[in-house]
Amino acid sequence: MATYSTQEFKAGLKIMLDGDPYTIVENEFVKPGKGQGFSRVKLRNLKNNRVVEKTFKSGESVEGADVMEKDLQYIYNDGEFWYFMDPTSFEQKAAPESAVAEAAKWIKEQDLCNVILWEDEPLQVEAPDFVDLQVVETDPGVRGDTSSGGSKPAKLETGASVRVPLFIEEGEVLRIDTRKGEYVGRANK
Amino acid sequence: MTADWRPGADRATLQRRAACLATIRAFLAERGVLEVQPPCLGPAAMEPALESLAVPGAAADGGPLYLQTSPESAMKRLLAAGSGDIYYLGPAWRAGERGRWHAVELTLLEWYRVGLDHHRLMDEVAALVAAVCGERPVERLRYAEAFRAHAGVDPLEADDAEIAAALRAAGIDLQGAAPGRDAALDLLLSHTVGPALGRGTITLLHGFPASQAALARLDDADPRTARRFECFVDGLEIANGYHELTDPAAQRARFEAEQAERRRAGQPVHALDEALLAALEAGLPDCAGVALGVDRLVAVAVGAESLAAVRV
Repeated sequence: MATYSTQEFKAGLKIMLDGDPYTIVENEFVKPGKGQGFSRVKLRNLKNNRVVEKTFKSGESVEGADVMEKDLQYIYNDGEFWYFMDPTSFEQKAAPESAVAEAAKWIKEQDLCNVILWEDEPLQVEAPDFVDLQVVETDPGVRGDTSSGGSKPAKLETGASVRVPLFIEEGEVLRIDTRKGEYVGRANK
Repeated sequence: MTADWRPGADRATLQRRAACLATIRAFLAERGVLEVQPPCLGPAAMEPALESLAVPGAAADGGPLYLQTSPESAMKRLLAAGSGDIYYLGPAWRAGERGRWHAVELTLLEWYRVGLDHHRLMDEVAALVAAVCGERPVERLRYAEAFRAHAGVDPLEADDAEIAAALRAAGIDLQGAAPGRDAALDLLLSHTVGPALGRGTITLLHGFPASQAALARLDDADPRTARRFECFVDGLEIANGYHELTDPAAQRARFEAEQAERRRAGQPVHALDEALLAALEAGLPDCAGVALGVDRLVAVAVGAESLAAVRV
């Protein structure tokens, strides 16, 4: 694997630190006028998303992390692992629940997800920004009250719950913004 | 993709920058300080924390000369030759220094006052900064006091374990080998102490540890410290100055120590600056000198958030 000197540090660079892969969030070169230079770096641990701050002596080198991103298709889960397939090579990858995390609320079979792979294993699965999901449970619509901006909870086919307008009924397919976890509108047929 | 052709500074910033430069020149002319233009090419910097950029084939013998990291050597030769008070306002280069507040090419103001000590020169630095950035209260702070107040440690008396504890308390987690004492103090200064200085004031930090004397003479009143100072505004280090070392033997010893440090660290080791040493032999007048980062000063004056925003 490549090594990177502090001179090459920039946001987005993936490096290894204490055995874990990290991505650089922010890098600032600091140096007192007559003293040593340092790189003051904010890094996000790609396994647990924790952000840490570390300092490197200017000119030091660190090992790069073998991290890449791929669009993989979600196929199924067996309760323990979530299985994804590379749509070009048909190769399958098993992602542990920790890697799927929040995305589990939004994805259903055949959705194309951005997956971060570390040493070829799924590290993080991101749901598509927008998904179309069917309402499986919600209170009956209240007619004549559509202008009040009222909302009610609705349970979706993936098990997630979102706030929806009062006129939405069971069986409808809705467009959801997964980054905010919010209802956008009725899905286009 | 289109190349990013737009300069960092817009027209309004360029006008304010030009006004700052005019203010600086007027301030120094009023005090009878002569503007000089020493050559930008010369010997490589000795100090281990600075790396010079080489210009191949620039020397008479076909070898390299180096872009100045500061005009110090050439200006001290002028002083030894009887120039009197002088200043330089122009570019300097520092290899590998890139960041929000650092640039490989920067604009430096360096000036020397014959017969002044570092305290008198500190007064003048504060007056110049006020002339460019507006009046603010001026604060004088000893290096040791600043560290006690902002890092909870006495930099002159603490042992290595206490300094390591101060680093931890400040949340500074240095990767790789443990830092030496001066590197640990540099970490505290650049991460914690420096950013707290000059908040609403012009802060003159003085009484640096003798181990960080650079080209300053040691302080007879407290030999643990050197007659070196820095000026901070809005958490930014703006200037670094000395009551200059004039003793050629002491200067040679410091150069040799810097060469040894470079050799130990595997950095390029350059020939001693014999022209400067000869000028000191001939007699450098008692003087104080200071280098000031003009881009940073302009950034403070216009409220910019980076050097790039005030440079072309």
